Parts: sequence; structure tokens; C-alpha cells
Amino acid sequence: MCGIVGLYLKNPALESQLGKLFEPMLQAMTDRGPDSAGFAIYGDEVGAGWIKLTLQSTASDFDWTALMGALEGALGCSLDWFQNANAAVLKVNAAEAAVRAALAELAPGLRIMSVGQSIEILKGMGLPEEISSRFSLAKMKGSHIIGHTRMATESAVTMEGSHPFSTGMDLCLVHNGSLSNHFRLRQELRRHGIEFETENDTEVAAGYLTWRLRQGDNLKQALDHALEDLDGFYTFAIGTRDGFAVIRDPVACKPAILAETDDYVAMASEYQALASLPGIEKAKVWEPEPATMYIWERKSA
Amino acid sequence: MKTFDLSSASVREFNQALHDQAKQLEEREWRVSNSGGKHNLAVGVNQPLDIVIDGHAGYYCAGMNQQANITVHGNVGVGVAENMMSGSVRVKGSASQAAGATAHGGLLVIEGDAGARCGISMKGVDIVVGGNIGHMSCFMGRAGRLVVCGDAGDALGDSLYETVIYVKGSVKSLGADCIEKEMRAEHIEELRVLLDKAGFDVDPASFKRYGSARQLYNFKVDNASAY
Repeated sequence: MCGIVGLYLKNPALESQLGKLFEPMLQAMTDRGPDSAGFAIYGDEVGAGWIKLTLQSTASDFDWTALMGALEGALGCSLDWFQNANAAVLKVNAAEAAVRAALAELAPGLRIMSVGQSIEILKGMGLPEEISSRFSLAKMKGSHIIGHTRMATESAVTMEGSHPFSTGMDLCLVHNGSLSNHFRLRQELRRHGIEFETENDTEVAAGYLTWRLRQGDNLKQALDHALEDLDGFYTFAIGTRDGFAVIRDPVACKPAILAETDDYVAMASEYQALASLPGIEKAKVWEPEPATMYIWERKSA
Repeated sequence: MKTFDLSSASVREFNQALHDQAKQLEEREWRVSNSGGKHNLAVGVNQPLDIVIDGHAGYYCAGMNQQANITVHGNVGVGVAENMMSGSVRVKGSASQAAGATAHGGLLVIEGDAGARCGISMKGVDIVVGGNIGHMSCFMGRAGRLVVCGDAGDALGDSLYETVIYVKGSVKSLGADCIEKEMRAEHIEELRVLLDKAGFDVDPASFKRYGSARQLYNFKVDNASAY
């Protein structure tokens, strides 16, 4: 059992309150997932040529200032960064491969949680309440956000096993359920050059999407293939730069509920997580159909 | 009338109050506000109380109900009226999966849609759904009647025993051993009474009847090679 939640704002006037609206949603899913929690928030986009990375260290006293200084020297380009608890958001005017190579040399123990123009992924072990207060979720702004509360079944409770999982530039995945063919699929994906860091089944689903997108699929095509190739129970929420998508397996064992008003689209494992949203009494509330894709994306600028 | 605000009281306090009340029967009418999708509301009631829930309810609402009339002004989560024995449950909105699962008696009315596995393993309850129902509904239904005013999803009535199913709209597919049967005068009459009880103004003659072909009741020696 796990809890997943997502909130996509249709009304830009609410963007300054995204974290505040989302925090109670995440915490309402504590019963479904007390082991670890995390979220991917979208907003504060970097300009053309720049990328944004979320980095996380296991050490709370990690010297970010020293690292960023060294990184600036190594890359020879301008960068901007800020620290958030044991994580840091880095904005840099360079190519992803060059930044990854420099980071691997300067700080090999550091984890890159996300890369993109908009996405920031923050996650860790502990109750959802601890995670949201650690990263000051309530103060965050943005256009949309998806989150996860984990009750571990398929692999150990670790920061690495926490969701969301990054699946490429500005893409991420959260999962409620369990995949039964993840071992074989992981072996196959490794042959295609996809790297894995954990024994976690969701990481395989994330790696699968990364691989499909690399093969030239768009998100919809990649999810269509996922319905064929992923065996098991799942409700997925997928964050994209412009919005989010929800999909359930054909048997639809794992719950999901959607709500829409003029101001937002929200999804959760249970209605309880939506009860705190403004105007929910008048929202259109429904259960997504099995094996059916639901995608909300703002029009690209 | 007794009122209960679930923004300040816990579900456990509410259910305990219902059970205590059931013994004394001083107050028949109950109204609950701020239900907020909480699970296990009004579970295990066993006296003829009238309970109104103002808002959405979570999982297993009105589970194991006996005698009480329970109305939800909102949607309900998984397993509404699960294993109900008697009484009635009315959902003004829609229901999630496994509505009325294993229920033995009473009447469950869902005015909106019901999700997958509606009436799974039902054992005598009557279920009337105003909208559509999801896949694998009435799986292994033993007894009782399932009425659907909208459409039914895949594998309706799979491995069915003696539940009778009436569907007005389309059926995406029938499950193993479930077949369409003739709609005779006694079925139209039976359905008319049920629709009246549920408060739906729909022509019973516009429904089709489905039931068990009774081919899976016993093991057939001809199939032995399949195992």
C-alpha cells in the first residue's frame, strides 16, 4: 500500500499557494505510507540553455558552498544555487552530460534527484509530515506537483527507494502497487543501457519509460507500451514539464480518485486527501477507468 | 435528531455512539457532517436507525449494516454496504469498487455510477445502480438481484451462481457462464417493484436479463485434461 497525490493548477493566481494547498494532501496519505515520502514540484523555470538539477546529500553538514565554487571553476560557466535542508537546487548554463560528469568527479557520493528546466524532486525517509516540514513544502510555489507516501513492499526503506523517481528531463513517476516482472525487465533494460541504482520495482517502471522515450515514443505512446509490458498492480502519476498524467492497470486493483474545478485538477489514492482543497464540495469527482490515460497539460508557450 | 460533527469527533466515537444508541434506541435519527471521505462510517449498526451522512464517505461505509437506513449525500469509497444483512443504504453520488460485496440482504441504491466489482460475491442483497457499473461486476454472485440503469463493463457476471442481473444499457462483455435470458412477464413485474423501491422512474421492459448458464456448477470430467 502507498499513497499518491497530485495537484495541477488551472488558475495561475493560485501558484503562490501550491505548496500550502498540497501539504495537507500529502499528510492525509500518512496511513497509506508512513515509511518515506517525497514530491516533485514544477515551476521557477530556467531559461533557454540553462538546466536545473536537484541534488541530495546523505550528510546534513555537506559543504554546498565549496562544491558549487569548484563546479563553477570546472564548468567555466555561470550558475545559481540554493540549499534546502540536505538538498540543493542548482541552476546552470551548461549541458546535462557536462554537469553530471563534473559532479561525479567532484562529489561522487551526491545523488542527482532530478534534471530539467522546471522540476525539483525532494524526498526522504520518515513520515510525510517530517518530509514536508524538512523541505518547507508549505512555502513552495509552482504550477503543479505530484507526491508519494510509501509503505514499502518490494524493496528496502531507503532514501533511494523513495518516490518520485526521475525518468528523464522534467519527467518523474510515482507508483502505488507492485510490479511482478521487474526483475526480468530490469535485466532487459540494462542491456539497452538503462542504469539502475536500487532493487526497487518502481525504478524499473521509471527506467522503462526513460527507455521508451529514448526510442522516440511520446508520453502517450510510452504509457501505451507500459500497459503491455508492465505486469502487476499499479496506479501511476507521471509529472511532466507542462502537467501530469494518471494511469491505472487494466485490473484496477489500486485506488485512484480525480477531482476537477475551474481552478485545479487533483488526484489522490483516496478522497480524504482531497477534502482539504478549496471548493472541493462543488468539484467534479470521479474514479479513473482502468487502462485509460488521463493527461492534463497546459499549452506550451 | 442527534447530530455529529466529524471535524471535531473521531470516527470511533461516532460509531461507538451509534452502537450504544442501538442498545437503548432513544434516538432514531442521526445526521453526520464533515465526513471528509473518512473510512468505516456507520459500520456494524444493528438497529433500525435513520442515518444521514452529509458529504463524501471513504471505504466500507455502512458495512455489515442490519436494519438501519443509511443515506450518503456524496460519493463513497471501496466496499460500501459490504456484507450488509438487512436495512437499506442509499448513495446520492457514485460508489468506488466492490459496492455491496458479499451482502446477504437489504437494499443498496447508488444513484450515480459504481466502479469495478460491484456486487462481487453478493449473497441475497438487491443492488440498484442509476448509472454505469465497472468491470468484473457480480463475480460469483450467489443470490439477490443487481439492476443497472446504465451500461455494464467487461466480464459481467463471471462464474455466476443464482444472482439475477438486469441491465438497461450495453454490456461490454459477459463473463464465463453468464448468458442473456428471456425477459418474461414475471421478470418485468419483479423489476418494476425493485425500481419503485429504489425510486427510479425507468421502464422495466427496456431492460435485459442475464443469469447463469449453470455450466460451471460441477466439475466436468471432460475438462480433466485442461488441468
